[in-house]
Amino acid sequence: MKREILLGDEAVGLGAVHAGISGVYGYPGTPSTEIFEFVEGIAKKTGTIHAFWSTNEKVAYEEALGMSWAGKRALITMKHVGLNVAADAFMNSAITGTNGGLVLSIADDPGMHSSQNEQDSRYFAKFAQIPCFEPGTQQECYDMTAEAFDLSEELGVPVMLRMVTRIAHSRSAIEVTPAPREQNPLRPSREIHKWTLLPSNARVQYKLLTEKQPELLRRAEASRFNRIELRGKRGIIACGIAWNYVLENLPGDHDFSILRIGQYPIPAGKIRELVECVDDVLVLEDGYPFVEEMLRGPFGLKQAVVKGRLSGELPRTGELNPDIVRRAMGLEPRGGLELPEAPVGRPPTLCPGCPHHDTFLALNEAISIYDTPQVFSDIGCYTLGALPPLEAIHSCVDMGASIGMASGAAHAGYRPAVAVIGDSTFAHGGMTSLLSATEQHVDVNVVILDNDTVAMTGTQRSMATGETLDRIVVGLGVEPDHVRVITPVPKNHDANVGVFREELAWEGPSVIIARRPCIEKVKRHK
Amino acid sequence: MEKNLILAGVGGQGILSIAFVLDNASVRAGYTFKQAEVHGMSQRGGAVQSNLRYADHEIYSDLIPSGRVDIILSVEPLEVERYWRMLAPDGWVISSVTPHVNIPDYPPMDQLLDQLTAFPNVVLVDAGKIAKAAGTLKAQNMAVLGAASPLLDFTDDQLLEFVGVLFARKGDRVVQINERAYRYGKAAGLFFRGLVDAGVAPRIALELGRKMDPATIDPGLASRWAGRVASDPAAAQALLDSEGDLACDRDL
Repeated sequence: MKREILLGDEAVGLGAVHAGISGVYGYPGTPSTEIFEFVEGIAKKTGTIHAFWSTNEKVAYEEALGMSWAGKRALITMKHVGLNVAADAFMNSAITGTNGGLVLSIADDPGMHSSQNEQDSRYFAKFAQIPCFEPGTQQECYDMTAEAFDLSEELGVPVMLRMVTRIAHSRSAIEVTPAPREQNPLRPSREIHKWTLLPSNARVQYKLLTEKQPELLRRAEASRFNRIELRGKRGIIACGIAWNYVLENLPGDHDFSILRIGQYPIPAGKIRELVECVDDVLVLEDGYPFVEEMLRGPFGLKQAVVKGRLSGELPRTGELNPDIVRRAMGLEPRGGLELPEAPVGRPPTLCPGCPHHDTFLALNEAISIYDTPQVFSDIGCYTLGALPPLEAIHSCVDMGASIGMASGAAHAGYRPAVAVIGDSTFAHGGMTSLLSATEQHVDVNVVILDNDTVAMTGTQRSMATGETLDRIVVGLGVEPDHVRVITPVPKNHDANVGVFREELAWEGPSVIIARRPCIEKVKRHK
Repeated sequence: MEKNLILAGVGGQGILSIAFVLDNASVRAGYTFKQAEVHGMSQRGGAVQSNLRYADHEIYSDLIPSGRVDIILSVEPLEVERYWRMLAPDGWVISSVTPHVNIPDYPPMDQLLDQLTAFPNVVLVDAGKIAKAAGTLKAQNMAVLGAASPLLDFTDDQLLEFVGVLFARKGDRVVQINERAYRYGKAAGLFFRGLVDAGVAPRIALELGRKMDPATIDPGLASRWAGRVASDPAAAQALLDSEGDLACDRDL
């Protein structure tokens, strides 16, 4: 066995390569980005794996489904909220089923280190009625990925690998196989009915999916990742990474009875086995109280007291850690030292020399002639413009939301209705909203910050930048006279303020493209 | 044996480069390790940290429990205070005193240094000055790694091997600069502790170390300097107030 030092994310990527994938598909998003990048690094050397960032998660999912249709294995990577974007393709891929193995590695972000929510993707797996693996160690990231591909191919369903930030972004040394699996040959699916979800076909396919459920449950019950050890009357169910926090605190001579869950659907038989032996059961999950809620049910559990996030033993929100778990296990807390805390925070900021900074300064000045102006914005480095001292933007909801929300505000009579969005976010989720705005001739001003990259996640390639972006904007119906390109540098400040003022005053859809490459990208790629 | 470290600093200061060296040295030395890090939004000039654990037995949690941190290794002095409540009772702080001021309400340096020097198990070095003397300000992280190295379970060669691997892509000159920063940092850290352990007040020990040309610092001379400070405080203060750097081995 070879040993390699890998992030959890990278272990998933290597697991997928060793499982014989022919393609990796995704859109960058913390904490998932490194899965794709790791495979991309290998793909660049071997030339045998398709690895090209997609325009958004939905596109990524559909491309991967196409590769599965063709008989080859594909890995999909995205952050938890990315799966919302891909949800249509995802839900229906469970109905069509797969041909080549299809695994989606979804990185959740409990504690919202770099996200706008902490939604738990295990609900999505249950919603789509597909299996889900939840690794607790970097080794499991690698091992489960390979198993997920085998399971997907064997049972003909997509399989989810649900990660959390702490496993995605933590490194360890793992053992990897000396004998990677070969890629599948091209063998397109000829079962046309399966892929054509007309209601008559869809009903058949959906029934097939429901008929697979007992087998999925049987696999989970028998899984080596779902282990039970019965000792005393105090029970613990630990899912995924929570298992580590239990082990960290478990005394050698403990009397807990413990079920560790790493594969779903929820192994109900194993849970029954545990519950029948204990007086109470503490459910530890890094995310929503998914298992706890099921256990509790609407009428409560008669055999044992259920403890967890819903009963107050654990905080209802946020990330687990060894201290929180220790307290919930009823063990003596290990205190830290009594020392002064850091008096001030140090929030992230735009880099010195960032083009967004100059754009925001000009926009702030241009818009200051209006009464308490508010600006709709989006997801990217420029979201940091919400913080002092700039405080230039006043919303951030989901990828592309700025243009739709500005349009809605304009419909309501709000002026000026300004949307600030990055070039990649525009490609991801803004183009369709801009088309809506031009077709209705809505009085919105869209500022596209074209820094030629997906900056926040590490300067990945942007799909709509430079001339491509200009052509898209005109193609979507914005009058060429109201497509303005500015260069956000300090010496252009007054001129840029002037351009903003003119377009703010014009009653109709306009686009101001602030174009200057991300300095981080310039540094990295020189 | 188990060592739990928090590597602290500001996004861009090279915390993950320190982690790279320690991760690889751990594997090479036959230890197990886990190392959790921060990616994404906070890397843009915000506070960043990495929990790094190595041991001669299996490690479970990627995060270090409160009260179990053996060493805070910080490339920035203010960042120490974000984590030092997690220290074990006998834990150590190894920090640079070169501030990274990118916030409007950065506390007064004097107050910060008073707090840090009041902590008994502390090693303070001026990583900015050391790195500059080594050849680039970017090498501050390696200077602090050097200062921490006597408390770690690796030889210089074990660590420097991976400093070499880390910077190999950037050429021999960059490798040498970073090795030099490591060695200067180690000498400065040992010199600081040598002074403090010989009875010099930590603030004076820090100022004396900062006054020296980093290339000349010899921890073996700490006790002689301590004697000089004790016997003639006024002369020592005059040296501190003088122009330019001191050579550590100057005639005492």
